[in-house]
Amino acid sequence: MELPLEHLLRELAPQALGAVVRRFHDFAASEDAVQEALLAAAIQWPQEGVPDNPRGWLIQVASRRMMDYLRSEEARRRRETDMAVETARLTPAADAEPETDQDDTLTLLFMCCHPSLSPSSAIALTLRAMGGLTTAEIARAFLVPEATLAQRISRAKASIKASGVPFRLPTNEERSQRLRTVLHVLYLIFNEGYTSSAGPELQRLELSREAIRLTRAVYALLPDNAEVAGLLALMLLTDARRAARTSADGELIPLAKQDRSRWDQAEISEGIALLTAALAKGSIGAYQLQAAIAAVHDEAVRAEDTDWPQILALYELLKCMSDNPMVALNHAIAAAMVHGPSQGLDLLKALDSDTRIAGHHRLDAVRAHLLEITGDFPAAVKHYRLAASRTTSIPEQRYLMMQAARLSESIGSTD
Amino acid sequence: MKYILMMTGTKAGVDTYRAWSKGDVQTHFAYLTKLNKELSESGELVANEGLAAPEQAKVVRAGKDGVPVTDGVFPEAKEFLLGYWIVDVESPERAYEIAARLSGGPGPGGVSTNMPIEVRQIMGRRTEDL
Repeated sequence: MELPLEHLLRELAPQALGAVVRRFHDFAASEDAVQEALLAAAIQWPQEGVPDNPRGWLIQVASRRMMDYLRSEEARRRRETDMAVETARLTPAADAEPETDQDDTLTLLFMCCHPSLSPSSAIALTLRAMGGLTTAEIARAFLVPEATLAQRISRAKASIKASGVPFRLPTNEERSQRLRTVLHVLYLIFNEGYTSSAGPELQRLELSREAIRLTRAVYALLPDNAEVAGLLALMLLTDARRAARTSADGELIPLAKQDRSRWDQAEISEGIALLTAALAKGSIGAYQLQAAIAAVHDEAVRAEDTDWPQILALYELLKCMSDNPMVALNHAIAAAMVHGPSQGLDLLKALDSDTRIAGHHRLDAVRAHLLEITGDFPAAVKHYRLAASRTTSIPEQRYLMMQAARLSESIGSTD
Repeated sequence: MKYILMMTGTKAGVDTYRAWSKGDVQTHFAYLTKLNKELSESGELVANEGLAAPEQAKVVRAGKDGVPVTDGVFPEAKEFLLGYWIVDVESPERAYEIAARLSGGPGPGGVSTNMPIEVRQIMGRRTEDL
């Protein structure tokens, strides 16, 4: 399939799905029907040309499938079906308010990220229904067989059906919580793509690009929402560094050692502009803070120009908002950069008694790094090795073993 | 999170298994088939393979000039892999739960075989910024 056609279909997929679900109410069956319509388009349009109203075409074809499906379902459930209800479903009321397309897309997104779904289910469903990715593409991205992923999507749809979630926007009370879930799912998708960029991953789809695209769509629908803007800024400011974080051999390069000429300045500018506008709105959220931290890093021309006191202040704010021990860990690193490694090490001691992070490889890795700066090489080596034994990431394990080996050599100690 | 669940056995264990009654064997297969179906339907099963009989196994070492040296039969006491399941699950607890199900397959008289299943997380390629 040619690239422009693929992009067009991916754009139209959620729009078509929104319209079909709005009309027929059965999310699971509608999703299947739209998938079939997309497949038909992928085959027919290259031969016959793109129709004048491509979205209308997809909705029409999907609706026809739905009618076929409903008719066969009706035939099976003739006695139980309330015929009046069926008729009402198929023809909208004359006085019904036409909902906007924008509401449909947003409603769909809230549905895909419903809190009753596990994160991996929500991610799979969002990529399918909102991103228009095929099951095979998503499966490849997550390194599972296509059949496994297909099952996950089926079950996610069945879950939504069983939970009886109506196809409408969440109420005002529910909305901010539901939006938080949506943003979290989008962030997970971004992170999956970004953290997998170690080494050549030829078969994997650009998940981070997809996350950015979807977040842009949400931002267009909710332009006054500072946290959505914050998330988009965070993604751009992080993605900007992507090319520099791995070497040609797939080795991981820490922030302090990255070739900053490889950072994407356009993404950095856009991220900073978005962030500035968001911060001007007054309320500060966690994504905006994380974006601000990323911005401070991205603004430094060289690692030694990094405004660490700014970063420390931002982590102090983030610590007030978030109980997450990873935030405390990053805060300790910033404190070490501003006040010296001993301060950082003292802060790490507090984390030893936090069961959520004690024994986590990152705690040992950071400790090792700070011990190295203080000059206690043997202790640093010990913690690098401990961290290496605790991580489940191959590139990270390699990196940590290299650090241990490097330090070990300079001590002149044997294995 | 991906885990590999490994079912191991010894020659003695396998010999005993080969002497089970037809009914017991069928019951055991039915149990595993049902479990595999469940794991497929839940979207957790990534791969599952049974390995050929240990008598057919070889242990290979590098020999002189790159010619592989193969040893035949496993020694009596050695444990070897019978088969594995690779699952993609939300938590370590779920991996242990599945492993316990594997371990609980029925043997002669319907008594659980209670086989030890080794559970190992599979390392990934993802990593946070350093």
